[in-house]
Amino acid sequence: MTIRSSYFVKRIISSIVTIFVIISFLFFLFHLIPGNPILILYRNPALTQSQINVLYRQFGLNKPLWQQFFIYIGNTFTGNLGISFFYREPVSMVLFPALLNSLILLIPATFLAIILGILTGVLAAWHRGKKIDFVTLGSAMAFYSMPAFWLGSIFITIAISTKALPVSGMYQLGVYNQNILERMSDFLSHLILPLVTLTLVLYGQFTIVMRNSLIGVFSEDYIITARAKGANTRRLIWKHAYPNALLPMISIIGINLGIVVAGAVLTETVFSWPGIGFMVYQAIISRDYPLLQGAFLIISISVVVANLAADLLYGYLDPRVRLR
Amino acid sequence: MTKISDFWLEFRRNKAGVVGLVLILIFVFIAVLAPFISPYNPSTRNPNLFLSHPTLAHIFGTNEIGQDLFSLDMYGARIPLEVGLIAAAITVFLGLVIGLLSGYFGGVVDEVLMRITDFFIIIPVLIFMIIIAAFVGSSLINVILVIALLSWAPTARVVRSMVISLREWPFVEVAKANNAGSSYIIFRHIMPNVIPVVFGTAMLAVANSIFAQASLVFLGVGDVSDISWGSIMHFAFISGAVSVGDWWYIVPPGIFIILLILSFVMIGYSLEEIFNPRLRKV
Amino acid sequence: MTIIEIKNLTVNYKTNKGYVSALDNISLEIERGTVTGLVGESGSGKTTLGLALLRILPPAATIKSGEIIVDGVDILKLKEDEMVDLRGKKISMVFQGAMNYLNPLINIEEQVAEPLIIHENITKKEAIRIARDKLALVGLDENVWRRYPHELSGGMRQRVVIAMAIVTSPDILIADEPTTALDVLTQARIIKLIKSLQKEFNLTTIIISHDLPMVSEIADDIIVMYGGKICEIGRNEEILANAKHPYTKGLLASIPDPKTPKEIVGIPGEPISLLNPPSGCRFYSRCPSARETCKTYEYERYTVGDGHVVLCNLYEGSEDECC
Repeated sequence: MTIRSSYFVKRIISSIVTIFVIISFLFFLFHLIPGNPILILYRNPALTQSQINVLYRQFGLNKPLWQQFFIYIGNTFTGNLGISFFYREPVSMVLFPALLNSLILLIPATFLAIILGILTGVLAAWHRGKKIDFVTLGSAMAFYSMPAFWLGSIFITIAISTKALPVSGMYQLGVYNQNILERMSDFLSHLILPLVTLTLVLYGQFTIVMRNSLIGVFSEDYIITARAKGANTRRLIWKHAYPNALLPMISIIGINLGIVVAGAVLTETVFSWPGIGFMVYQAIISRDYPLLQGAFLIISISVVVANLAADLLYGYLDPRVRLR
Repeated sequence: MTKISDFWLEFRRNKAGVVGLVLILIFVFIAVLAPFISPYNPSTRNPNLFLSHPTLAHIFGTNEIGQDLFSLDMYGARIPLEVGLIAAAITVFLGLVIGLLSGYFGGVVDEVLMRITDFFIIIPVLIFMIIIAAFVGSSLINVILVIALLSWAPTARVVRSMVISLREWPFVEVAKANNAGSSYIIFRHIMPNVIPVVFGTAMLAVANSIFAQASLVFLGVGDVSDISWGSIMHFAFISGAVSVGDWWYIVPPGIFIILLILSFVMIGYSLEEIFNPRLRKV
Repeated sequence: MTIIEIKNLTVNYKTNKGYVSALDNISLEIERGTVTGLVGESGSGKTTLGLALLRILPPAATIKSGEIIVDGVDILKLKEDEMVDLRGKKISMVFQGAMNYLNPLINIEEQVAEPLIIHENITKKEAIRIARDKLALVGLDENVWRRYPHELSGGMRQRVVIAMAIVTSPDILIADEPTTALDVLTQARIIKLIKSLQKEFNLTTIIISHDLPMVSEIADDIIVMYGGKICEIGRNEEILANAKHPYTKGLLASIPDPKTPKEIVGIPGEPISLLNPPSGCRFYSRCPSARETCKTYEYERYTVGDGHVVLCNLYEGSEDECC
C-alpha cells in the first residue's frame, strides 16, 4: 500500500498560492482607487498628522509601487496590519482576541449543525418520499433560507419581552467580583442565543447534502451485498451507507465555509458578540478601513486553511484517494 | 416541443417546485403592483407616529420616521427581485461560458480556469463582497456586479462536469468527423444538453444573490437609501426597535425574504430531482 | 432430499407505466447438495428469482403470491428479523465482483469477516482469522487481506465475494452471474473454484447466468427461463443432448463451437415487454415452431424424460410416450 502523497502536496501548495493571491488582491484593491490611497481612505479626522506620517512610512507610500508591495507583504507576514482608527490600537491586537471569541461561538455551532444535519439527513433519506421526509427537508430548507440576523432578531425580541436571556455581548458589563462559577454561567447565558441562532441557520445545508448523498448511496450495489449478508437496518445505515455518504459531506463542509463565515458575521452583529464578524460590522459603520482590511485578511486566510484541513481529512478518510 | 411538455408534467408532480413558482409569481405581482396595493406613499411621514405598533390604519406599524411599514414592505419587493434576477443572470452566464470553455477544451485552458474557479469557490464570498463594496462604493449597480462576479464559480464547476461527460458522446464524434468547428459543436450539441442542468443551479444562484443583497444592506454595505426588505431590516436594527422588543418592524420583511429565497430553493431542488438520475424516484 | 421448493411464485415490479410481470406462477424443486443452473436472458426473471430466495428484492417489487419453502420453512411467511438471521448464514449470495458490490471504504478481510460478526458469537479477531482462512482457500494470499476493493482486479474481487459468501458455511449458495464481466481465462478459474468449494462443503448451489455453456461445465441440473416463466427443467447432459423446448434449442444452436464450425443461428425477434404480457405462451412471437393453440397455452408441465420436464404446448400428450 503506497500513500498517494501527490494529493496532499498538491492541496497544500494550492492553499499557499491562494493565500498569496488573497493578500495581493487586497493590495491591488487598495491601489486601484484613483487618487492618493492614504488621503482618500485613511482620511479620518481622528488621525493626527504625525500618525499619518507614521503610516506613510510604515506602508512606504512614497515609494514605487512594487516596493510598496513587498513592504506590504512583509508587514502582513509579521502581523503588522496597521492601526485601527476606532480603537487606536494595532489591528492585530484588536483582532486576535476577537478571532478567539468567534471561534468559541463558531466551533460548537458548526459542530452541532453538522450533527443535526447528519441526523436529520439520515432520517429524511431513510423515509424518503414519506411525510417525515417532507417535514425534515422542508424545515432544513426554511432555516437555510433564513438570514441569521433575522432569526437572531426574533430571539432577541422574545428574550427581551420575557427577560429570559441576555441578548448582547459576551458578558454582563460593569459587573465585578464574580467568582468562577458565576462568570461561567454568565458567559454561558450570553452564549446560548447566538449559538442556537448560528446552529439553526447552518444545519439546513448539511441536511440536504447528507440526504442526497445517502439516497445516492442507498442505490449502490454494495448495499445489496450487505443486505444479503444479513445486515439489519442499523448496520446497513451506520456501517455501510453513512460512511460512504459522509465523504462528500466533508468536501461540502470545506466548500461552504464561506456560508459559515457569513452566518457568523450576521449573528455576531445582531447579538453584539465581540467576535471578528462583529469587528467587521464595527469597521463598516465607523469607516475603519485598516480594521476592515485586517479582518478580511484574517478571515479569508482562516477559511483557506480550514478548507485545506477538510480536504486533507477527506484524503485521509477515503482509501481511494489515500492509497494508489 | 415534446421535451418541454414532458418536463412540465414532471415538474408539476413535484409539489415543492410548484409552490415555489406560485410564491415567486405572487412576489412579482407585489413588486410590480406596489404603487396600487400600498395604502400609503412609502415616503410620506407621519410625524405623530414614530415606531408605532400595528393598527388598522397601519397594519405593519410605522418606522422611526413615521413611514407606513406595510407600504415600505410592498415596495421592498422590487430590489430583491431585481438584484436576484440580474445578478443571477450574469452569474449563470459567466459560469456557463467558463464551464463550457474549460470542459470542452481541456488541457491548459481547463487547468488555469479550474484554478481560478477553485479560488472563487473557497473564498468567503460575503467578506469579499463587503470589502470590495467598501472600496468601490455601494450603489445598486455595484452591488449587483459584486454579487455576480463572486458567485459564478459553483455554476462553472457543474457545467464543466456536464460538458466533460457530453464530450464523449457519439454525436460529438460525428460532428467532428464532418469537420464541424468547435463553436458549432458547443452551441448546437453541447449547450442544449447543459442548459436544463444549469437551470437548477441558476435557481440556487438567484436565492444566494437575494440573500447576499439582503445581508449586505443589513450590514450597511449596500445602498440603504433604496427601499428593500434588507434595508427595512437594517433600519429596524439600528433604530433600536429590535433592542426594545418591537418585533413587528423586523418580522414581516424577514418573512418575505425567507419566502422568496425559499421558493427559489424549492424550484432549484425540484429541478435537481428531475435532472439528477440518482435522485429520481423509481 | 429437496432443500428448496418453490410453489406458484409470482413477483411483479411497479413502474411509472404500470406493473411488470417478472415472475409468473413459478414452481420448481432443488435437491440438497446439487448444482443447479438457472439460465435465461435479461428479463427472464432469473435474477428476480435469486433475489426472491433471499427476500432482498428492491422496494418496487412485490411478491404477489406463492411459497418459497427452504428446508421445510416457508420463508415468505417469516418476519423480517427472522429473515435477517437466514441471510448470509443459511443462504448466501455471490454477486458480480467486477462491479460495485464491495464497500469501497472497508478492507477485504473485514468485509469477508462481516457475516461471521453478524451471525456468530465470536470475537472480531477470531472472525478475521476465519476470513483469512477462506480468502486463502479461494486463492487470495495475505497481500490482499488488508487491501481495499479498488486495489484489486475484477477476478480477485470475484474471489473475495465468493469467500464472503462461504465464510459462514451456508447450506445454500446462490451465484448471480459470477463470471460476467471477467475475461475468459478468469471465468474458467472462477467456475472451477465454485465447483471445488461446492464439493468440499456440500453446498447446494444455484448458478444464475445467461451463459449456458459456462453453466453446463459444473451444473447437475439446468432450468431454462424465458419471459418470467420456466421453459424447461432437466439434467445437464439431458438438456444439452436432448433439449425439447424451442427456446432451449435456439440457445444451444446459437453457441459457437470452435471445434465444429457451423452456422450460428440466433433467435429472431426481441424479448417481449413484460408490461402487458401476452396470454398463452410468452415465447410465441419468436418461436419457429409456434402454433395457433400456443396462444392459449396455460403452462402445463409435460414430463419427457427422467427428471426432464418441458413447459411447451408442442409436447401436449407426449407424456404418454415417456417412460
